[in-house]
Amino acid sequence: MTDATYTPQLAAGAKRSSAWSRGFAHFRYVMTSNPVTFIAFVLLAGMIVIALFGPMLVPHDPLATLADKALKPPSREHWFGTDQLGRDVFSRVIVATRLDLLISVSAVALSFFVGAAMGACAGYWGGWFDKLSGRLLDTIMAFPLFVLAMGIVAAAGNTIQNIVIATAIINLPFYARVARAEVSIRRNAGYVQAARLSGNSELRILIWKILPNTLPPMMVQLSLNMGWAILNAAGLSFIGLGVRPPTAEWGIMVAEGANYIVSGEWWLALFPGAALMLAVFTFNLLGDGLRDLVDPQRRT
Amino acid sequence: MSPQLTGHLHNPPLLAVHDLCVEFATRKGTVTAVRSVNLQVAKGETLGIVGESGSGKSVTSYAVMRILDRAGRIAAGKIEFGGMQLHDADEAMMSDLRGREISMIFQNPRAALNPIRPVGKQIEDVLIRHAQATHDQAKRKAIEALAKVRIRDPEARYHAYPFELSGGMCQRVVIAIALACKPQLLIADEPTTGLDVTTQRAVMELVRELTRSEGMSTLLITHDLGLAGEYCDRIIVMEKGGVVEQQDTAKLFAAPAHPYTRRLIRSTPHAARNIRDLLPEDLRLPPPPLLSVSDEPLLEVKDLVKEYAPPGGLLQRLRGRGGAKPFRAVDGISFSIARGESVGLVGESGCGKSTTSAMVMRLLDATSGSICFKGGELTAVPAGEFARSPLRRELQMVFQDPHESLNPRSTAAQSIADPLLRLEGMSDAAAIRDRVEALASQVGLPLELLDRLPHQLSGGQKARVGIARAIATRPELLILDEPTAALDVSVQAVVLNLLADLKAEFGMSYLFVSHDLEVVRLLCDRVIVMRAGRIVEEGPAARVLSEPQAEYTRELLAAIPRPAHLAGHAAATRAVNA
Repeated sequence: MTDATYTPQLAAGAKRSSAWSRGFAHFRYVMTSNPVTFIAFVLLAGMIVIALFGPMLVPHDPLATLADKALKPPSREHWFGTDQLGRDVFSRVIVATRLDLLISVSAVALSFFVGAAMGACAGYWGGWFDKLSGRLLDTIMAFPLFVLAMGIVAAAGNTIQNIVIATAIINLPFYARVARAEVSIRRNAGYVQAARLSGNSELRILIWKILPNTLPPMMVQLSLNMGWAILNAAGLSFIGLGVRPPTAEWGIMVAEGANYIVSGEWWLALFPGAALMLAVFTFNLLGDGLRDLVDPQRRT
Repeated sequence: MSPQLTGHLHNPPLLAVHDLCVEFATRKGTVTAVRSVNLQVAKGETLGIVGESGSGKSVTSYAVMRILDRAGRIAAGKIEFGGMQLHDADEAMMSDLRGREISMIFQNPRAALNPIRPVGKQIEDVLIRHAQATHDQAKRKAIEALAKVRIRDPEARYHAYPFELSGGMCQRVVIAIALACKPQLLIADEPTTGLDVTTQRAVMELVRELTRSEGMSTLLITHDLGLAGEYCDRIIVMEKGGVVEQQDTAKLFAAPAHPYTRRLIRSTPHAARNIRDLLPEDLRLPPPPLLSVSDEPLLEVKDLVKEYAPPGGLLQRLRGRGGAKPFRAVDGISFSIARGESVGLVGESGCGKSTTSAMVMRLLDATSGSICFKGGELTAVPAGEFARSPLRRELQMVFQDPHESLNPRSTAAQSIADPLLRLEGMSDAAAIRDRVEALASQVGLPLELLDRLPHQLSGGQKARVGIARAIATRPELLILDEPTAALDVSVQAVVLNLLADLKAEFGMSYLFVSHDLEVVRLLCDRVIVMRAGRIVEEGPAARVLSEPQAEYTRELLAAIPRPAHLAGHAAATRAVNA
């Protein structure tokens, strides 16, 4: 096909289609051009459905204990077997999705917004705020991050809220650094100068002209961190901090199940571990697709 | 084969390209970038490939070097080089040929050099890679190569990093690397774009001399017909992936056969008497509007200075070494612009012209001096707060790079509407859309393009969006910062005419910042020539360009590539018009 043949169609199409349908067409293009992205989005959609409706769909009460059915291997009735108290592992894995996603999504969202705001101000205005925030982030980075999260949760108290805050704090430096770098290279870009000439205030320029353009690299960071945040929350529960039994949560389930692997009851730890792995895998795959979705240069 | 090429048939050409087709796989399907290109380069010959962006001139040279990116492939045709078949050569053979038999100089010399390796070492790498030197003699040979491209004090420069050298120096190093192994063919892809005219002249003279003394062939790829006319034996004109004309240089300028070539020669500003001459003849526009310049000054700049603190950290300040003088980017300049006047501000890179325009535009605070606009002092309001000043809408600017100055996430309509929202306080969406559409039709931007994002527009369309945005608030003073530097000559011709018409329509004053004296001659009443932060010459455009007083202005004018053929063409055009 040549230049001449497709240009007229494109022009006519652009006039008719609304922003929404163009957005959908772009989404469809990103999905079809990269099968890996498509798989990642299908997995994500599945996870979201399970998180929203999981508790209604499960065959057994995840907290109901049946002493006579303890430690049964996977069967037709109990797909993933039962644990030491006779609870259905399949139901617990499904129900745990909501809690694990909730912790990681809220932690990542918190560090994304705080980190982006901090980094953007530091990158745009520089000066004392840049120096102060830079040293603060260096201090956070100086600790082994998981140990820092452990310390925060141990000191502040063993609640879900504190797990979210601890996970957000240890993720903060990554967002702040990416945002700072991306903003500072665009601080005097041509379109920013043009926005100044158009009478935009500095704050408006930062929020509406520069920040949206830093989204593509931030999105990659976001999806990678998401998987990491899930691991972090599960890790905290695994060592006994964070979510407490009998709540269904992948980290605790792996921790409890680990004791039974030696005696041959492998299904207790394997299935929640696999769910954890699948979730992390999904978010890691999502990165490139998310970047392509928010990058206007990819729209043609 | 055309008759003028028979001379080359006696000895086989060094490079022969037969029916070359190059295709790129894109989201919209396969796009043919180069179709059925035939060309020959004889030994010792300099062949120019001239064309505008998208003509396939660079892609042709990449195909010869076999460095097309992954989406591109040679779909058909043959490339023969000294008896070897390059079109199906394997990578091992090509990497052996590249640098040894065929070398390439790229557009941006700084990007072509490794930033963390001394330039001398980079020359050594090539020599050793192609077994032209052993480790013992490599250093001596590298210094010889640097001396050959006339870099002063080559022993010291051997240790320099690319960032320590100027753009022209970097291009010399790139040439030294390209010529280190004495290749038979040199491909120069826009070797001087982005360099100043005086540097361009020095670099091109060097390439010409070295290719002659080494008996090399050169393939010069350029958008500048003047440059090709001055340095090439033969010229190929390309348009939309195909060759439209292939001629000896003198014949091409004397009697261009193809209408596209004629249009290209016409849009090159060297020969034009006024800006209407740049446009295709069949357009038949009214003559350029006569400008009414009043005596009343609109802008008066007095003793304007911009200083930058000298490099040196806290430690040096603590030691009390305040001895280093601050760098004066703009060193006390004074000028004025009358209402309705266009003033050209000319100078080479680093002369302070952009700093001056940024200070007048209130994007940058001056160190000292005064900028008086319509009787009021602009420097009273700091640059950071000028966005809220009522004068903001009177001072607007068209930026150098039309692509970089548009927000990649905003559609054309949103970009044009931005000053209306912020400076005019308009809030009714329908009224804004009406104004945006009116502005778009004033600058000749088709309305169906308004909802496109910048990367979906061509260079000329983006330039129009930038101009529409700048004139949205009907400013009295418009600064044009090299508005056509990034555009093709035919687009430049259209944009310059548009600017002249808009100026007449709205009664604006222009400060036209440029390095291109020819363009300034066509658009401006008065010219200010700057060098190293100072004004070296000022006067009516016609006088400064025909009888320059300052030595520096004469140098600038002499450096413009102006082939004799073009002057002849101009004379012919004038005779016909008369």
